Amino acid sequence: MLSRFGPGRKIETPLLIGLPGPWTAIGVALLLAIYPLVMSAIGEDFFIIVGSRILIFALAASALNLALGYGGMISLGHAAFLGTGAYAVAILAKYGIVAAWVALPVAVLAAALAACLIGAVSLRTRGVYFIMITLAFAQLFYYLAISLPEFGGDDGLPISARSVIPGLPLDGDLGFYYFVLFIAGLAFVLLYRLVASRFGRALVAIRENERRMAAIGYPIYRLKLMAFTLSGGLAGLAGALLANLSMGVTPHTLTWHQSGILMVMVIIGGSGYFWGGITGAAIFLLLEETISAHTEHWNLILGALLLFIVLVAPDGVMSLRERVLKLLRGGGPPAPEAIPAGEEKTR
Amino acid sequence: MLYLFIEQALNGLQYGLMLFLLAAGLTLVFGIMDLINLAHGSLYMIGAFLAAAFYQWLGSFFPALLLAIIATALIGVILERILYRRLQGMSHLSQVLATFALILIANETIKIIFGAQPLMIGMPESLSGPIELVPDELYYPAYRMLIIGVGLAVALGLYLLVNRTRIGMWMRAGASNPQMAAVMGVRIKPLFTFVFALGAALCALAGALLGPLLAVSVGMGESILIPAFEVIVIGGIGSMRGALVGALLVGMIDTLGRLALTFGLKLVVDSATAATLGPTLASMMVSLLMVCVLFFRPQGLFPARG
Repeated sequence: MLSRFGPGRKIETPLLIGLPGPWTAIGVALLLAIYPLVMSAIGEDFFIIVGSRILIFALAASALNLALGYGGMISLGHAAFLGTGAYAVAILAKYGIVAAWVALPVAVLAAALAACLIGAVSLRTRGVYFIMITLAFAQLFYYLAISLPEFGGDDGLPISARSVIPGLPLDGDLGFYYFVLFIAGLAFVLLYRLVASRFGRALVAIRENERRMAAIGYPIYRLKLMAFTLSGGLAGLAGALLANLSMGVTPHTLTWHQSGILMVMVIIGGSGYFWGGITGAAIFLLLEETISAHTEHWNLILGALLLFIVLVAPDGVMSLRERVLKLLRGGGPPAPEAIPAGEEKTR
Repeated sequence: MLYLFIEQALNGLQYGLMLFLLAAGLTLVFGIMDLINLAHGSLYMIGAFLAAAFYQWLGSFFPALLLAIIATALIGVILERILYRRLQGMSHLSQVLATFALILIANETIKIIFGAQPLMIGMPESLSGPIELVPDELYYPAYRMLIIGVGLAVALGLYLLVNRTRIGMWMRAGASNPQMAAVMGVRIKPLFTFVFALGAALCALAGALLGPLLAVSVGMGESILIPAFEVIVIGGIGSMRGALVGALLVGMIDTLGRLALTFGLKLVVDSATAATLGPTLASMMVSLLMVCVLFFRPQGLFPARG
């Protein structure tokens, strides 16, 4: 059975797919740094907030991409880690701790711890069962959040002020945008280093053929758990920024709908591509912003778009570049390959 | 106290049987077609809305119920033909995303057609009163009794269908090994369509029956989808017996756990906190049960394939 994460997915240079060159990265960083200045010059201050939002979700989607795209772990529960980060910031703020250098690390550690525990149990299951167990764990977090009146219950927990860094104005939208850009930039550099390292290569190889990697002697379980934990921690960082952006957190951040949306972002962009999560989040949020302005039926269009992507372009936007290049070189569609013997679809 | 317990146990039985109606279809589609259908809850919602619409049109309950079941089964056939057939053999990730998309589309379409306000289905007049189970002590709503009766009858019917008929034999063969069943001469494609339509019809039955008790609203599918998935994972994917046992287990834990936890918590915290904490803790217990089953017995309590 051909599956995207099983054998049969042909990748000639799997480790180099979509990894940005230094000039691309610098160019993107410069564009993102100029963006809010342009927006404020043409009087569209609102789009600075949209920009912060896109950066935050780009981080969250890229975190999921590490587990889903690079590690082949189909987690339908990443909202739990996003929510853990967000709740960590809000709960600390409730008790008067608003220093960013405390709040953000605590949020990351809390989410990473949650991911480590959930991953330790979930990674013992495979295939469909992994999807279901991550979903069930995320539901646990959701129920926990709505059942604790201490932390807002159904209504969520507002925070009265953003995290504080002495000397830096994070209250304004512009200052906050640069703060998010800085943090997200650091996270993307970390992600790049991870993906390009031996660890990242081993992770991709495990996704491609777990049995072979086990036979060679790689500690599959430990490597996957590390990736899952890192992914959870980065999602928690995104959650912490999100709580700061929206001045609070609601249990909606923990719903499985949110997990689904993160997955959708990764798929739109292209799972397993470095820019996949970033592109996906940007396309998703910009589409949502523009389409919701014209019609209230955004979900209908999103659903149709998603069906189209799954049925027609399951590798996402970032794969289009390679497809176009391949067409230009005059190569036809790749021939279907034989399935290696001894491989079965895991259930 | 005893009567309160019996009443809650009956409620648990009723909830469990309705869960079974959903889980039965879900586990068959999952087991036979190897397809994760997140949109199963949407069929339940569609069934409930169709029942409400037919009820407003006809003004009587049972014909509306019947029409809703037929219409939803037809929708199931169409969906299977145009979408689910393509999803078979795709990766689980694609199936999750496509059926997630279907949920979004179904919710929005229902909102466009019926509006965002919840609809009501009237109870059949003859069943609106209570039944006296123990003279002067224990009354139970006749309509809930009907739901329990229908649920038990459907469970029996499905048991006979799966274990005593030729189609049932094919279904069991398909659930334990689809490729082998196809090789041995089972016409697997019409079987898939039949299974899917059956699942959709059971969804509509559950949705329409619960209509008079709950508000028929957009998003009702998602709230029951997660418990239904928990049921089939606990019971063992593809197993009908597992779905029944799992559904009753989940129904009882949810309902009686709610009662017991609220009661127990009242001893520790004030009653208002206990009243909100009890139900959510009960829901958490169901999720925890599923996690434990997956961890210690990943094939479920009654695995379909040996």
